[in-house]
Amino acid sequence: MSLLSLDRLTVRRGGRAAVDGVSLTVNPGECIGLIGPNGAGKTTLMRAALGLLPATGHSSLAAMPRAARARTAAWMPQSRDIAWPVTVETVVALGRLPQMPRHGRLRPADRAAVEAALARMELTGLRDRIATRLSGGEQARVLIARALAQDTPLLMADEPIAGLDPAHQIATMQVFAGLAREGRAVIVSLHDLGLAARHCSRLLLMQDGRLVADAPPDRVLAPANVEKVFGITAFYGSTPQGPVFQPIEVVR
Amino acid sequence: MKLALALVALCVALFALSLVTGHAGAPALRSLAALVADDGTPLSIVMREIRLPRALLAAMVGASLGLSGAALQGYLRNPLAEPGLIGVSGAAALGAVLAIQSGLALQFSLALPLAALGMAVLAVLLILALAGPRGGSITLILAGIAISALAGALTSLVLNLSPNPFAAADIVFWTMGSLADRSFTHLWLALPFMAAGWAMLAGLGRGLDMLTLGEDAAQAMGTDLVRLRLLLILGTAASVGAATAVAGAIGFVGLVVPHLLRPLVGARPSALLWASALGGAAMVLAADIAVRVLLPERDLKLGVLMALVGAPLFLHLIYRTRREMP
Repeated sequence: MSLLSLDRLTVRRGGRAAVDGVSLTVNPGECIGLIGPNGAGKTTLMRAALGLLPATGHSSLAAMPRAARARTAAWMPQSRDIAWPVTVETVVALGRLPQMPRHGRLRPADRAAVEAALARMELTGLRDRIATRLSGGEQARVLIARALAQDTPLLMADEPIAGLDPAHQIATMQVFAGLAREGRAVIVSLHDLGLAARHCSRLLLMQDGRLVADAPPDRVLAPANVEKVFGITAFYGSTPQGPVFQPIEVVR
Repeated sequence: MKLALALVALCVALFALSLVTGHAGAPALRSLAALVADDGTPLSIVMREIRLPRALLAAMVGASLGLSGAALQGYLRNPLAEPGLIGVSGAAALGAVLAIQSGLALQFSLALPLAALGMAVLAVLLILALAGPRGGSITLILAGIAISALAGALTSLVLNLSPNPFAAADIVFWTMGSLADRSFTHLWLALPFMAAGWAMLAGLGRGLDMLTLGEDAAQAMGTDLVRLRLLLILGTAASVGAATAVAGAIGFVGLVVPHLLRPLVGARPSALLWASALGGAAMVLAADIAVRVLLPERDLKLGVLMALVGAPLFLHLIYRTRREMP
């Protein structure tokens, strides 16, 4: 049973297609990296798939009723908004709202999910701190934990590791890969192709709104693709420590 | 929980104090006894027909302003939002001014609040048309500013062209806001609108909590933003329109009360809703007692006192917020 299926999903904006006829299926157990240059349509694709933007074509998520969708997919937007000076724990607990009955309080299962999310993102020590007073990277981890606490089969995150230190970038990607191993699915947009190569089981490569490659990392990151889409040359090799991808220089 | 009890206790105490404050100068206990049991004295009539509706209206007006202020701040994710922002109070004031100027207010006592309510309804329709059902928060703010400006300009025009200095003075005093000489008729007129408004606003807590994370995240978590915004506009308009219709323009309550209570509820927008309703009730009750105690011989207006106290308090809050900034 797939968690998300898109059929010729298209978003038009001011006469041009920001997302142009994208079809794909996401199954449990996949950790999917969504890559592409700036303006390729990564964010628009994810928002349209979630039904947050008007689009033509079909998205299985957008077709769901709101409440059911919120229990199927968690979404971490690129803008890291925390509007009020609430504690880290309060922010993470917001992720439980879609699972809770109206006017309900946190039940033991909700508390457990919040604890698990805090522990996964190494935030247990920061739980009582005011979220808006944390550093940008720490806030990003809080918001990832918030999405994890939603405890959905599918997690979609828009550049979640941008601005994190190297250790937390790697740890976060490992969390995503771990979720996939548990039988969930993760779609994460990112610009660090090296991390994408190492931690994702599948990469979606976008250019000008179109999905130009959808395959395991070693095939998507082939020299021809990288040069055509990103305009760079790169080193890609299998090492004893796993795959290594390193951009080298810009192609003129 | 502790905060809820404290706020309820404060409201009850101020309500009782409001009941025993006034010209009649009877001992407090005798006044309250006259309220409970009709002893046939003028004191009973004063308590039942003058002081009770006044105290009840103070609590209702305060709760409306506090609740809608908290809801608007939560929706706009901005601590500077206040109920007057969407233009309803300005429009209600214009309706009242027209009723005074045209002499309708002298014909029958409900003409003024009814005209104010009518204008408030018109303002809401205009806002919904201007801001559209799907527009974001910015279009709502801009539409509110435009309507406030228009209502203000028309109010000035009426004053400007008023051939009757007494009507002009009436208008100026009315716009200062007051709860003096309000009766149960006013209360029964305002209550249905206020209750409907409270019901609409009280249900917004969950969506406002989710909005802490931004509109996109809130929508993905299942919030229907179009519905939330509609309920917010209608709820604010109904409660604040009715409050302005019976009490005139009373500023600062919807701005200061949520700001004051936010740290005490851990800044959660849903918890701030009920806290601000209680806090607003307490603040208007206190201010309405103060206008009677401070200058018993002069008719000190509630809105004037509120602005005199509210503005410095707000300055202090801004100063404190600035100190906490990194």
